[in-house]
Amino acid sequence: MALLVARKVVKRFGGLTAVRDLDLDIEPKTIYSVIGPNGAGKTTFFNCITGFYQPEEGEILLDGQPLVGLPTDKITRLGIARTYQNIRLFANMTAIENAMVGLHPHLRTGVLGAIFRTPAARAEEAQATAEARRLLQFVGLAGKGDLIAKNLPYGLQRRLEVARALASRPKLLLLDEPTAGMNPREAEDMMHFIRRLRDELGITILLIEHHMRVVMGISEHITVLDYGEKIAEGAPREIQTNPRVIEAYLGRGGAAQQHGVLDAPAAAG
Amino acid sequence: MLKTWFRRLSGTDLIMYAIGVTVTIAIIWGSLATLASGKYSLPQWQDLVVFGLAQGSIYALIALGYTLVYGILRMINFAHSEVFMSGPFTAYFVARALDQSGFLERSPVVGMLIVTAASMLTSLVIAILVERVAYRPLRNAPRLVPLITAIGASYALQYVFRGLYGSGVERYPELAIFKGEWFLAGVRVLRTQAVVIVAAIALMAVLYVFVMLSKTGKAMRAVSEDKDAAALMGIDVDRIIATTFAVGGALAGAAGILYVLIFGQVQFYMGFVPGIKAFTAAVLGGIGNVPGAMVGGLFLGVFESVGPSLFLDGLGIPAPYQLKDVIAFAMLVLFLIFRPSGILGERLATKKA
Amino acid sequence: MRSYSAPVWQMALKLGLIGGAVAALLALIGMVEVFNQRAIIGGVISMGQTFLGLAVLLSAYAAARRAGTQTRSTALLAGAVAGAAVGLVIGGLALLMAAWPDLRTILINASPTLLALLTFGQAAPVALAIWIVAGGLLGAATGALLLLTPAVRSAILAALGAVVLVGVLADLLRLITSAWGVIGQALRWMFAGRGLSVAGALVVAAVVVLIGVLRQRGLPKLQPAAGRRSPRQTLLSLAISLAILALLPPVLGTYMSEVLDQVGLYVLMGLGLNIVVGFAGLLDLGYVGFYAIGAYMMGLLTSPELGFFNLSWWAALPIVLAVTILSGVVLGIPVLKVRGDYLAIITLGFGEMIRYLALSNALDPYTGGPQGVQLIAKPTIGSFVFDDVTKLYYLLLAGCLLTGFIAIRLRDSRLGRAWMAMREDEDVAQAIGINLVSTKLLAFATGAAFAGLSGAIFAAKIGAAYPQSFHLLVSINVLALIIVGGMGSIPGVIVGALALVGLPELLREFAEFRLLVYGVVLVVMMLYRPEGLLPSEAARREMHEDENVTEESALAQPAEPAIQLERTAT
Repeated sequence: MALLVARKVVKRFGGLTAVRDLDLDIEPKTIYSVIGPNGAGKTTFFNCITGFYQPEEGEILLDGQPLVGLPTDKITRLGIARTYQNIRLFANMTAIENAMVGLHPHLRTGVLGAIFRTPAARAEEAQATAEARRLLQFVGLAGKGDLIAKNLPYGLQRRLEVARALASRPKLLLLDEPTAGMNPREAEDMMHFIRRLRDELGITILLIEHHMRVVMGISEHITVLDYGEKIAEGAPREIQTNPRVIEAYLGRGGAAQQHGVLDAPAAAG
Repeated sequence: MLKTWFRRLSGTDLIMYAIGVTVTIAIIWGSLATLASGKYSLPQWQDLVVFGLAQGSIYALIALGYTLVYGILRMINFAHSEVFMSGPFTAYFVARALDQSGFLERSPVVGMLIVTAASMLTSLVIAILVERVAYRPLRNAPRLVPLITAIGASYALQYVFRGLYGSGVERYPELAIFKGEWFLAGVRVLRTQAVVIVAAIALMAVLYVFVMLSKTGKAMRAVSEDKDAAALMGIDVDRIIATTFAVGGALAGAAGILYVLIFGQVQFYMGFVPGIKAFTAAVLGGIGNVPGAMVGGLFLGVFESVGPSLFLDGLGIPAPYQLKDVIAFAMLVLFLIFRPSGILGERLATKKA
Repeated sequence: MRSYSAPVWQMALKLGLIGGAVAALLALIGMVEVFNQRAIIGGVISMGQTFLGLAVLLSAYAAARRAGTQTRSTALLAGAVAGAAVGLVIGGLALLMAAWPDLRTILINASPTLLALLTFGQAAPVALAIWIVAGGLLGAATGALLLLTPAVRSAILAALGAVVLVGVLADLLRLITSAWGVIGQALRWMFAGRGLSVAGALVVAAVVVLIGVLRQRGLPKLQPAAGRRSPRQTLLSLAISLAILALLPPVLGTYMSEVLDQVGLYVLMGLGLNIVVGFAGLLDLGYVGFYAIGAYMMGLLTSPELGFFNLSWWAALPIVLAVTILSGVVLGIPVLKVRGDYLAIITLGFGEMIRYLALSNALDPYTGGPQGVQLIAKPTIGSFVFDDVTKLYYLLLAGCLLTGFIAIRLRDSRLGRAWMAMREDEDVAQAIGINLVSTKLLAFATGAAFAGLSGAIFAAKIGAAYPQSFHLLVSINVLALIIVGGMGSIPGVIVGALALVGLPELLREFAEFRLLVYGVVLVVMMLYRPEGLLPSEAARREMHEDENVTEESALAQPAEPAIQLERTAT
């Protein structure tokens, strides 16, 4: 059975329908990408899954459990974590603190435990610190735990955001343009990193991406959105040759120069 | 739809609804009890409403200052109550001088216009000074920072004026032309109340026309939409913001004189309560919304004037009039919680991600 | 040089005129005259004169700094122009006052005493000339200060600052030391009139310079040791500071104990509000409400006047705390979804509502209405009754230590991290799995409990609870002291309380201007040092986005008066 199921999801802003009747099935342990031109409703859809927005219609199920209507923290506890298009770290906290905040839902220490620093609380804190260290190491931030998040270089900030998301032990990880603002080399690194997340940790990945090389390189399944509607779905190869997709990206007039457009890094996001 | 609504409903939401329902029931219950007891006569109610309208129009004028600044900078100008106080407190000395020279007795209208002009000018200058010193350097600071400077500026101003003019209560000279009352369609209106209401409405009309039609007004609206875009269009944003403070200050200065017409006295601490109530009025009408401030002011004025007799009395609360201010604060709190967009405003989409 | 001296000239003039206007304003609101009763150096210079001199100094310093120090003459010229401009404004004020004595009927502080002070007893035009010349000279001297090496400059400024500070407190120091017997006798030569003697001032300056020199020599070696202290050293220093704290009341006497009690009450509240505002980022302006609830609950439970329960103070305390915690939660629930300035306004509304309710007759049987509740029980341990300020000090000290400990433990736990994450970005914090409802309510409840404890002790201290004690100003004071100390910083709360509650109690002339100073302090702190005097790590990071202040550079600049002068001047 699919890990995440979306059925007929509709999200409107006033007169604008940002997401229209969207259906989606994400199988466990896949890398699934959502692509589409700017304003196609990709991030809006992310926000519907994670509970930032309430869709007007439709259902979203994680492992058969309905998500619509739940607050964001409950959804995270059910096993969905995300990163943000414009990095949103806790900028003035250290890297390790950021990761440890991600562990928050899995820790139990209460007020009294914190005040008296009970053995249980101390053990938990030590464990949490160790786990946060491991996560930082996994994402490539070994030894940088005490640096302030906002002082990290851009690429490492993206990685730290992933570490924070991983800390909540998600089944499904939503990555919103993880290679935005990166040069081709860095994007390549990120691509390998994403694949490792799936291969080594067994996490299902839902990706929004503009870098076509990344998308085509790592996705097993792709859905293309345009004006809030799904216009195509399938394996990367099918998508690359789909005339509707090419039209959506280039407009009617541009269809002639289709070659090379979808397998090169998209210039215009 | 209903199903998701239920799922979304949390325990805290339930408590909130319970509070809302309780307050509503208490108000209705109290009002019915009072009306059934027939304790107050129709003229008494009319007096309360007229008084509320007069008071409310003063709130509305002050509220415009909050709303204009909020609309343009998205910040609460906490020091606005002191801007309001500075005008009539300073103009008192003008009034006293005119009174001693006998000018105020001879031509009271011109005299009062001079006093009003002095009050408006003082408040205007203070408003611009506050903006220049306390807010402008912090335009890009975290949001709490200008709020804290606003609180600081408010106290600093209060005590500067206390130091300058003393802590005593000063009584404005009383003028014969403002004594007496008129009857309008059988409703008794004190002359002062009529003057206050008419003057306030006239000023609000002038402001509305200014904001909507004048070039500066249009620039103000442009800046409130998008500062950067406005700057690109060649609008001097700093100047427009200063103008906004100036306009709000001048209105507060005028409101100060109207306040004096009703209450007759000035003091360094006089700004706080009208200030916070005017802020309530601005919230009631939807902060940032110019007609909203007017509606909110009048509504609050009438509500707090009629309220104690209407529903607190009916609930059997002793000395209900002492709780007049509690009503205003309760309104503020309830509106901010349940309908932060105000009576006229639309709910703005909360942008999160 | 000629080509750019004109703008320098204008800039200096402008700064000088602003400085002069501020000085004139201070004179007109009565500050200069009141402070003039206190001497800095007896018979030589009074505090009022220091104030005016400071206006010259600061304006000239700012002007000289902006003028740059490439050439000697620009700094000197800028300082001189600014100083002369300050003198011009002050002298002009004297001229105006002399020419129009009736000014006093409007500006009540434009008194003959002030005039005499501003004119040095001379005719006003002569005084004006003196002011301009003296201002110019002092300004030029200030400009010259910038040409010295930084070490010498900061030594001079530190010495001046110390002399002013000790001079201001001279009255009090003499009072305290006089109780010390022989030592007091030995120190008497340092004081003269209501200030320091010339010799005393010289000694203070010399000591400060000496300390400065020693620190500069010794600091690099000492630093690593201070950075990593062993647990035993920490324990030792803790024990020593505790011993010192415990000895304070007998050493300092009753009056100072009273002051310390005041400080203690505010430290308690400050620690609580620091959790709400500093840790969790929820700006609460109605904080006084919980202080009131604490005091009134104590009254309700212990006062025989109301005659409900007549409990002892200790028996009532847990109930008081439970009720304040509950009220924190109850008042917290409605504001869960409200943010930023709206939250500030709503909580302000709550605080005022509580005060108006206490003030009205509606709750007479429980609160005593406008008359308040009397006969509130004092805490006792066995036969020991905490019935005067020196004894209550120990109760407050214990309370502060306890709440400080709790605050530190909570800050360093998972809960503290959740608060900080929430302060940084509420939406992301929730999306990472933090339950905002419980996290916020915990902050409100903890804060309320600390304020409740403070209120309970306050009620015991004065034996009563009056509605007047619970004014909005208390909330503002607490907020101000947190900001001055540094938001989110626990030592900052103590420093803030000492500076904003302790210092004004020591300078009683000050009382009249206390709120004015609070207001100005809030504005100035936000403009020039938003992270506070003793900032928490996070706050420093937040407020100085561009500068990467490293640990070392922050430690290398001890907060001496010299630094403060520079801050205000920049």
